[in-house]
Amino acid sequence: MAKPTGIAAEGEVLQTRTPDQGGALKTMPAPATWLDERIGLGKLGKAALRKVFPDHWSFLLGEIALYSFIVLLLTGIFLTIWFRPSMAEIEYQGSYELMRGLHMSQAFESTLQISFDVRGGMLVRQIHHWGAILFMAAMTAHMLRVFFTGAFRKPRELNWLIGVVLLSLGMIAGMTGYSLPDDLLSGTGLRFTDGAIRSIPLVGTWIEFFVFGGEYPGDMIIARFYMAHILLLPAILLGLISAHMALVVYHKHSLFPGPGRTENNVVGYPLFPVYMAKAGGFFFIVFGVLILMGATMSINQVWLYGPYNPAQVTAGSQPDWYMGWVEGAVRIMPGWESHWGGTTWSWNVFLPFAVLMGLFYTALAVWPFIEAWLTGDKRPHHILDRPRNAPTRTALGVAGMTFYGLMWAGGGNDIIATQFNVSLNAVTYFLRVAVFVGPVIAFIITKRLCLSLQRADRERVLHGSESGIIVRSPAGGYSEPHVPISNDEAFALTQHRQYPPLEETPSHDEHGVKTSDPNKVSGLRARLSAWYTGDDIVKPTRDEIAASHHHEDEPKQLH
Amino acid sequence: MTPEHSTSLATTEDDALLHPIPNPGIEHHAERYTDVDAKAADRAYKQVVGIFGLVPLLAIAFVVIYFAVPRHATANLLGVNWHVHTTLLGLTGGLAVLLIGVGAIHWSRQLMNDTEIAEDRHAAASTDEERAGFVDVVNQGIRDAGVSRRKMIVASLGGALGIVAVPAIVTLADIGPYPTAANRRETIEKTVWADGVRVVNDANRLPLKASDIEIGQLVNAEPENLWDLHGKDYMNMKSKTPLVVVRMDPNTIKIPESRKDWHVGGILAYSKICTHVGCPISLWEQQTHHLLCPCHQSTFDLGNSGVVVFGPAARALPQLPLKVDAEGYLVAQSDFTVPVGPSYFERDSRNDYKDGDE
Repeated sequence: MAKPTGIAAEGEVLQTRTPDQGGALKTMPAPATWLDERIGLGKLGKAALRKVFPDHWSFLLGEIALYSFIVLLLTGIFLTIWFRPSMAEIEYQGSYELMRGLHMSQAFESTLQISFDVRGGMLVRQIHHWGAILFMAAMTAHMLRVFFTGAFRKPRELNWLIGVVLLSLGMIAGMTGYSLPDDLLSGTGLRFTDGAIRSIPLVGTWIEFFVFGGEYPGDMIIARFYMAHILLLPAILLGLISAHMALVVYHKHSLFPGPGRTENNVVGYPLFPVYMAKAGGFFFIVFGVLILMGATMSINQVWLYGPYNPAQVTAGSQPDWYMGWVEGAVRIMPGWESHWGGTTWSWNVFLPFAVLMGLFYTALAVWPFIEAWLTGDKRPHHILDRPRNAPTRTALGVAGMTFYGLMWAGGGNDIIATQFNVSLNAVTYFLRVAVFVGPVIAFIITKRLCLSLQRADRERVLHGSESGIIVRSPAGGYSEPHVPISNDEAFALTQHRQYPPLEETPSHDEHGVKTSDPNKVSGLRARLSAWYTGDDIVKPTRDEIAASHHHEDEPKQLH
Repeated sequence: MTPEHSTSLATTEDDALLHPIPNPGIEHHAERYTDVDAKAADRAYKQVVGIFGLVPLLAIAFVVIYFAVPRHATANLLGVNWHVHTTLLGLTGGLAVLLIGVGAIHWSRQLMNDTEIAEDRHAAASTDEERAGFVDVVNQGIRDAGVSRRKMIVASLGGALGIVAVPAIVTLADIGPYPTAANRRETIEKTVWADGVRVVNDANRLPLKASDIEIGQLVNAEPENLWDLHGKDYMNMKSKTPLVVVRMDPNTIKIPESRKDWHVGGILAYSKICTHVGCPISLWEQQTHHLLCPCHQSTFDLGNSGVVVFGPAARALPQLPLKVDAEGYLVAQSDFTVPVGPSYFERDSRNDYKDGDE
């Protein structure tokens, strides 16, 4: 199999340089034999080296997340060499002249030292910050790919759950990270975190005092976040990412529908050499791009913000992008608070912070099980859905993205107001309504689009594609002949499984006796199932396709 | 066998229905230029080697820049002030790393065999035989352990394992002080503002004289005794004590009966810490008497006892009762009458000012 490219090998230069068809090895080399006798390298290698991975650009999104995590580990180690996670107050006497004589924490001083005095320090700090931003962005995009293609379905539900945990922990890892420099912006973020924790009913102050070691800000939080950021969270992330990868290997990668692709195979290129070069090369591309970003795009300029001062804040204070949607929810929430007896129930913070995030991640986590319940489908799936073939899911996903995006816009309501010269109040009032109405509109439009695309697929299979040629008949009529599509394409357009809505199980059998079927479908489930799959455009049957090929009205095939 | 227990991946029973067009098999391999044209292949080969060959040059440049370029050098280019050392290190290092990736991918796309191959999947689930075997070995283990006859062993072990979590969690009890009512009164419900404490400008620490503040002016202020504290105590207190001191024309603002003695000729003092999540509020709209928090845009009307007029905050800003001392300086009459800062569950919010209170 591992033969050099046939025709090219006959070329002048390659002929003299390429090993012959059998490969270079006659027997296992000595070091490999040494390892084989100890860990069975031969068996491992034989099973793993030619493992097949399918090719698709969207499968790279998860790889970007994985590689940016590795970059974060590498650059993070560099930063820990100089960073001092201490809130002890010192007077700055370093090389950044504008801050000489200012009182600040050791954490902020060491951040300035890394930025200005350690050679390469500024570069690595910026790579690390861009890496975190890319890590979250890639995970989010990867999750959307998995959602819209139905890759979360059996047998991959557990990997979806691991992914949801990774996404939420990544957010906390980022938050604890950008809090460490103890500059004015990160301190403002901590102030917000404190206020948000406090708002939790019954236990808010307890968590606050436990997290901060007493009253805000205290002198513990940087050291504690440091522990979480460099030890606790990376260890958990690393473990979960390993499990995530192991399950990908065990299940083998899912793949898009196409000729030769079945539920029983995986079609693509072997790990050795193609994917080693492609995936390994892609790591260097992600790393290289992050280094170039760190070199040319300044980020988190803490020396402009200055040390944290609880009595100061700057306009336009915002968290990193992945916290933006929560920030937006907190901003556009009306000021609701209940005062019952001597207690305060701070709905204005608790709902958009803890409850919203809890609901969001719970909704993500339970979706694979809800969908299986709606379709009644218990088969394993390895062929991915084209998003149009699951219109309600796709519409729900777009509705969710719309909700997230509007919340995210809310996180910049002040920037929108100042940049577009509109009223801040109007932006906020608009978003208060739009976060509820927008997703509904997005759902309806997306579902209609998906169904139209399904109709177009059906037309395409039955009547071919438009030829772009207008033919005038002797009688004066105009028509456009259609060209049949390839068999490969026709297969790809018709191979998907459709789910007729579940039927309600009658509660009584024909003798009027109450049934007790454990798999019975309730009325509610039947209605939801009809809502979920009932609008699908039925794909053409074999008979319809056969009939369409003999259709009398069908213009003759053009050649 | 029901579908959910199926161990086979093939679902052939409805293949005609599922696949109106039979699976045509993997498409024919389309040859690339490099497959059919030896010159193209040779070009690709030289490109890959050339790309990899640039990496050592960039790595050497990186090392030279690291030692040769002054670490604080800056240069103005394209209207931007570049930190030369950082930028050059990143450009050489980044390109070096990037080119390794570009070369490897170019190699795999142009020169490696690109015939797609298929590999069979194995069902994630075990076969019925394996499941039966699993049940057998578990039963064997249970018999060997003898726990079916001596059930208390499992129960007592489970209880023992469960209960050791309790000491483990208890060791964390010193993670922070407990916010008991007494502790809260000494921490989040208390500041160093007290009768006679002078109001000082927070930038130059000079005491504020009523006569120095003009109508429409806002001064950020702190208690004079804040700087008696140091380290953690100073930071904790500074998170609660900041004031905004504003002077408004008393005839254009609402001053309720209960607060008619809290101001000095239209000079009012409010907590600067937002009642939403605790940002220091700082944007003053002089004409409307509104104060806007830049974090979440809660807006308070300082001409109406600090009530919320917009945004997510729910409670009015606490007002600090002011008076003047014998030398004409602004001083506090007492501490704040309600806790400052964001809400918390145990907070008794019945004493806060509500719009319309007298």
